[in-house]
Amino acid sequence: MRVICTIARQVLRGAVRNRVVYAAMLLAVGLAVAAPMAGRLTPGQDVKVVKDLSLAACNLCGLFVVVFLGIRLVAREVEQRTVDTLLSKPIRRYEFVLGQYCGLAATLALALTVMTIAMYVVLGAAAWWRGVPGLASVAPVPVADPALLKAVLLIFVQLAVVGAAALCLSTFSSPVLAAVSTCGLYVAGHFGGELRNLDEVVDSRFVTSLAAGLSYVLPDLAAFDVKAAVVHGQPVTAGYMVLTAASGAAYILAFLVPALVIFTRRDLL
Amino acid sequence: MSAVRLRELSKTFHTGFWRTRVHRALDAVSLDVPRGAVLGYLGPNGAGKTTTLRLLMQLVHPTSGGAEILGRPVGDVGVRRRIGFLPEAVRFHDTCTAEEFLEYVGGLFGYTVAERRRRAALGLDRVGIGADRRRRLRTYSRGMLQRVGIAQALLNDPEVVFLDEPMTGLDPLGRREVRDLVLALREEGRTVFFSSHILNDAEAVCSHVAILNRGRLVASGRVGDLDLRVRSWELVAAGPGESVQAVGGAAARWVTRIADGRYALELPVEPSPEALAAELAQRGIQIVSLHPRRETLEDYFLRRVAEAAAAAISDDEAECA
Repeated sequence: MRVICTIARQVLRGAVRNRVVYAAMLLAVGLAVAAPMAGRLTPGQDVKVVKDLSLAACNLCGLFVVVFLGIRLVAREVEQRTVDTLLSKPIRRYEFVLGQYCGLAATLALALTVMTIAMYVVLGAAAWWRGVPGLASVAPVPVADPALLKAVLLIFVQLAVVGAAALCLSTFSSPVLAAVSTCGLYVAGHFGGELRNLDEVVDSRFVTSLAAGLSYVLPDLAAFDVKAAVVHGQPVTAGYMVLTAASGAAYILAFLVPALVIFTRRDLL
Repeated sequence: MSAVRLRELSKTFHTGFWRTRVHRALDAVSLDVPRGAVLGYLGPNGAGKTTTLRLLMQLVHPTSGGAEILGRPVGDVGVRRRIGFLPEAVRFHDTCTAEEFLEYVGGLFGYTVAERRRRAALGLDRVGIGADRRRRLRTYSRGMLQRVGIAQALLNDPEVVFLDEPMTGLDPLGRREVRDLVLALREEGRTVFFSSHILNDAEAVCSHVAILNRGRLVASGRVGDLDLRVRSWELVAAGPGESVQAVGGAAARWVTRIADGRYALELPVEPSPEALAAELAQRGIQIVSLHPRRETLEDYFLRRVAEAAAAAISDDEAECA
């Protein structure tokens, strides 16, 4: 565990000094800050637009951070041969991969924390600034609604799943292929329902069977998306949160176990 | 007990898109490196030196055979607490400083924060990086990175040190420092296993050598026990110059005056120099010394590699026939 924490800290340190990660976080914060201006275009819905845009920015920029870092963590260490030095120390290969993943998760948590703080600051300012029109129209949902944290938490779990997939793919494929596959998985994971019901629009039995099969194999990432519900003040129960988080943990495990097995057996050339 | 033991160690790579091409990088190599030895693991490019080191570090897995370090199988994580490794063309996380990187490595050994800092500072001072320890590694030159690599390899005070081409990228001063460092490690009784194709460096520091060619071990042993062939004789004689020239001039390859009344003659291996020495003594010329001039390690290496290549060609021809 000590070794895993040491590696995770190093990954976090490297990410914090990475300009690309900074840029993604700044973009998200910038979107949150600019959201009130977009809100003015939709009278009566401005706070909702701020929340929508801020959460979407968290999700998108978090995704960028996870894919950008996730596909490079193991693949880059192997390509650049920095892994040679580390694996000659008293660590096991699975500890190395787990350390890398924990570092990725910690980076994601840090990025989401910064973006969430920015979102609440903007919402707090909007609530305080009486000049914002339409505040009354969204009552009784509070402007700086704590329920938004539920959406952020599930964004974290969702992106942690995507990060595990990226890491898994990067243990045996090139960074480019891993990036394309991870993005494909992210998109397909949001359309599990559509894949299952593809027979309504496509006649080919083969295609519909394949799509249905894929929908059961791919993680159902849409289940982690409660942004619309919290923005509209609909309840997201604790039970739903726990079950969804547990399914996320299962998906993470399902991606990490093959990653560990592949990396342990692999020749690092 | 051997510090490092290879037993019929082999590694085959399958290359090409369909992985149908077979490349035997290491072919049943057996080798014992005694404790306290400095082994020069020599061979031309592509001989299998780096593959051997990567097998010892478990970065690649053997096709057959095995290896032990300090009596433990190479897969044993515990034994890695007692070894140090400098990879070929070493690269590090370039966003951190040398100090941070060494402290990170210390963390992997489980040292306390204070101990990590102490060892990092000592290691960087030892390789002359002291003043630049807080600069990002991406700003370091190739030679400085090599020094940091050596510092991380020695951070845990290892009993066995593996250095893969440690002189690569270093200027003459840096090479001298690495040579001195290896000699210091030898003085401290540590075992050093270093691969190189720079034979002068190996000759200067090694107690043992192993020569590898096309994945096969072609020679190994103590430097003093190698069958270095006599290439010529060096005879030093004292007497009148005309007499020395008259007697030895015809037989010697060259004659040169090295001091007043003293001359050095290089004589071929055949005929035997004893007859000429006797003739010089009869003319009243004093024989100061008579020494064989043997092959250098480089000559020996080139001869053994050429012999191995010739043997491989004749084997191939025999197979074709």
